[in-house]
Amino acid sequence: MNKIIKYVITDILRNKIVVIYTVFLLAASFSVFSLEDNSSKGRLSLLNIILIVVPLVSIIFSTIYMYNSVEFIELLVSQPLKRRSIWLSLFAGLASSLSIAFFIGAGIPVLIYQANMIGFTMILTGIILSVIFAAIAFLATVKMRDKAKGIGAAIMLWLYFSLLFDGLVLFLLFQFADYPMEKPMIGLSALNPIDLSRILILLQLDVSAMMGYTGAVFKDFFGTSTGLVFSFFVLLSWIVIPVWYSTRKFNTKDL
Amino acid sequence: MITLKNISKQFGKLKVLDNVSTSCDKSECIALIGPNGSGKTTLIKSILGMVIPDSGTITFNGKDISNNYQYRDEIGYMPQIGRYPDNMTIGQVLGMMKDIRGKSGELDEDLIKAFSVNNLLNKRMRTLSGGTIQKVSAALAFLFKPSVLILDEPTAGLDPVASELFKEKIIAEKDKGKLVLITSHILSDLDDLVTRIIYMQDGKLVFHKSIEELRKDTGEERLVKSIAQVMVSNYE
Amino acid sequence: MRYFFFIFFCIFYTDASAENIYAGAKRIHKNIRSAIKAAANGDTVFVDAGFYKEKNLSVDKSIVLKGIGYPVLDGERRYEIISVKANDVVVDGFRLIHSGISSLEDLSGIKVYDSQNVVIRNNILEDTFFGIYIQNGLNCTIENNTLKAISIEEQQSGNGIHCWKGDSLRVIGNKISGHRDGIYFEFVKNSVIWRNISKNNLRYGLHFMFSNDDMYVNNVFRNNGSGVSVMYSNRIKMFSNYFEENWGDAAHGILLKEISDGYMEGNYFTKNTSAIYMEGANRIHMKRNVFENNGWALKIQASCMDVVLEYNNFIGNTFDVGTNGSLVLNRFTNNYWDKYEGYDLNKDKIGDIPYRPVSMYSMIVEKYPPAMILFRSFITTLLDKTEKILPSLTPENLKDSAPMMNKAF
Repeated sequence: MNKIIKYVITDILRNKIVVIYTVFLLAASFSVFSLEDNSSKGRLSLLNIILIVVPLVSIIFSTIYMYNSVEFIELLVSQPLKRRSIWLSLFAGLASSLSIAFFIGAGIPVLIYQANMIGFTMILTGIILSVIFAAIAFLATVKMRDKAKGIGAAIMLWLYFSLLFDGLVLFLLFQFADYPMEKPMIGLSALNPIDLSRILILLQLDVSAMMGYTGAVFKDFFGTSTGLVFSFFVLLSWIVIPVWYSTRKFNTKDL
Repeated sequence: MITLKNISKQFGKLKVLDNVSTSCDKSECIALIGPNGSGKTTLIKSILGMVIPDSGTITFNGKDISNNYQYRDEIGYMPQIGRYPDNMTIGQVLGMMKDIRGKSGELDEDLIKAFSVNNLLNKRMRTLSGGTIQKVSAALAFLFKPSVLILDEPTAGLDPVASELFKEKIIAEKDKGKLVLITSHILSDLDDLVTRIIYMQDGKLVFHKSIEELRKDTGEERLVKSIAQVMVSNYE
Repeated sequence: MRYFFFIFFCIFYTDASAENIYAGAKRIHKNIRSAIKAAANGDTVFVDAGFYKEKNLSVDKSIVLKGIGYPVLDGERRYEIISVKANDVVVDGFRLIHSGISSLEDLSGIKVYDSQNVVIRNNILEDTFFGIYIQNGLNCTIENNTLKAISIEEQQSGNGIHCWKGDSLRVIGNKISGHRDGIYFEFVKNSVIWRNISKNNLRYGLHFMFSNDDMYVNNVFRNNGSGVSVMYSNRIKMFSNYFEENWGDAAHGILLKEISDGYMEGNYFTKNTSAIYMEGANRIHMKRNVFENNGWALKIQASCMDVVLEYNNFIGNTFDVGTNGSLVLNRFTNNYWDKYEGYDLNKDKIGDIPYRPVSMYSMIVEKYPPAMILFRSFITTLLDKTEKILPSLTPENLKDSAPMMNKAF
């Protein structure tokens, strides 16, 4: 399996878009940290990058890469290789190169300016989000044969996770304002990896505010080891389920 | 070597393979011929495991190929359009394939030498012309000395010199007892190559004959003409 | 000359009559009780290091009670350890442990009953119910004591330094932890609380009611169950105190309820759920305070009037100001807000457009607390930005018209 991974990684890391993405992250992170006189504003800008830019780049790039690799995948399938290991290798290669790009672009500046729990949480969630959205892209590409449709679906998925979902949650919240919504909110947040990552960072970033009454409910949940294990497993299943399902689809897909 | 039994495949409403049965033996060079959309490529892809037939079985050296992948170790495949990861060099592609096949010694580097691929090892795939990519694909198909070669429109992008070298190589391999399956539109290319013809139309296998039989049946000496005659008669 | 003689005589007299009496295992007085019995007003009773079980030790003469090498007084979890019932008493250098716990009486480590000029200093109190208790004291000093309680439940715990009715008290340099309230003031006036550290108490670091004309300076209130609470008091002055890490819904750096004419300067509020919570506060002047990394820097209810905030620094707070109404009768000016995004074209270091410290989302969270879970998401950021351009939910005139471009100090 790792026969293919290393070639995929070397290929993607030389890709122009990935290089631009890395440089953009580097420039953005260094500028937010060095321009702002207090680091909390820098952290906020970086939070937006992690929650918005990383999933977007991750899902779109992965989708395009997969569609461009159709012939290459065919060639691999004609080799004595299991389809499962081809698919998983491609995923591993793509996910790890996106993670490497994120780590170099955002992780290193964070480690320089913010080597604390907040920084580590940011790096970790950024990497996890890169992998999750690569996984979701794999799901989109295996379901759609048409490139234009596939990229459209990827953009829609990103829009859904980063904007529409939260709008929906806010709407529900207003509708059911008279009911205790803390527990359902925790459940809902599990349905969106971006939200879950955001809450994990928020618990570090805005701990004082999160310790208020409702916040304390979240903090009591997400801040405890059970909550952390829960969050970790939910995020993990956001990787595992799309990958597993797309692998299953790919196994019987006609190329 | 390869036996197909009642292979059917449907894409949506379109029946691309309709109850196809045949067998191919070694030391043959078989041309797969038919109009566009007749199911040639699907048939090849079925053999390679890229398309999974709705029904029927394919056996390779007596073994069923479904849920099996090791048999492809015996196959060298040259796709119609080769496309490799943009930022890999030719050297890396060759290296990767060697890694995948796990064979390092005893490689057939005839075509690599013949096409002077060695001079291009550091070129990135995205910088290559279509013809060069075809050369790489061809070289890869032969590199691991497979007992079966499946070539999909192999000569389409090759220049005449390369094309000639390539044909010589095919003949040489056939003579070594290998099975070669070729699809091509350029029938003239196949003339002195092939020993058998499989003719397909609308997903059905119309006939599978040796070239001598075909000549006898049509009374034409040249392959182009005999096929043309077949096509015309089938259109009617 | 006669006058001089009189003074000389006075000094000589006190000197001559003041005796030193010793208590200890190797002394004539084996216990403190008998030493006190033998003492007269003005004497000093020295107590050797050792372990004493005196039950309730009543000090009813004006004496100095001084421990040498921290003699231990054990209340056996049943008694009030020292009861001071005379003026001019000094209690110095004891280690008091295990006072009694009672729900009827306020059993204490040291309790002062209706006395003047009492000094309690350099004592260590461990596991006492109430620590040092001044009941109706005048001009008393509580200095450099360390009070550490280990209770877990509020009902089972008393206050560290408890002053009920008093005038001109001085509470200086004490360290209090683990009590119900660190320092408790009720009906105490003209007093000063200075350089104390009150932390990890179950309820309030400082609890302050019906006490006028007091001042606290340079204290640290950290990580108390509900922060600091100042209620129903007038003319309070607070300088350079630290309010830190008071976390929880009901926890505030400081709660100001029904307070008038207060003045706060140079205080630091760091990492509190809400740094200041004001309700019914009038004429409070806040100047040069620092609010850093709080959930809410300021929660100001609509019942507050004439509160003035100037030259404060607001840095890294999740929300700068939260409020529950649209009526604003308070004034914000010349503060530094790190969230300010305005410009300064005339270079006078004051922003040219006003800053609105109430964000739309803080109003939403005020109304729908679970909405906190969506904080800093893309959609809420969008909402906040639109609100900035077209204010609809946030109070129109709650604004700082002259925000500073750089830190105010």
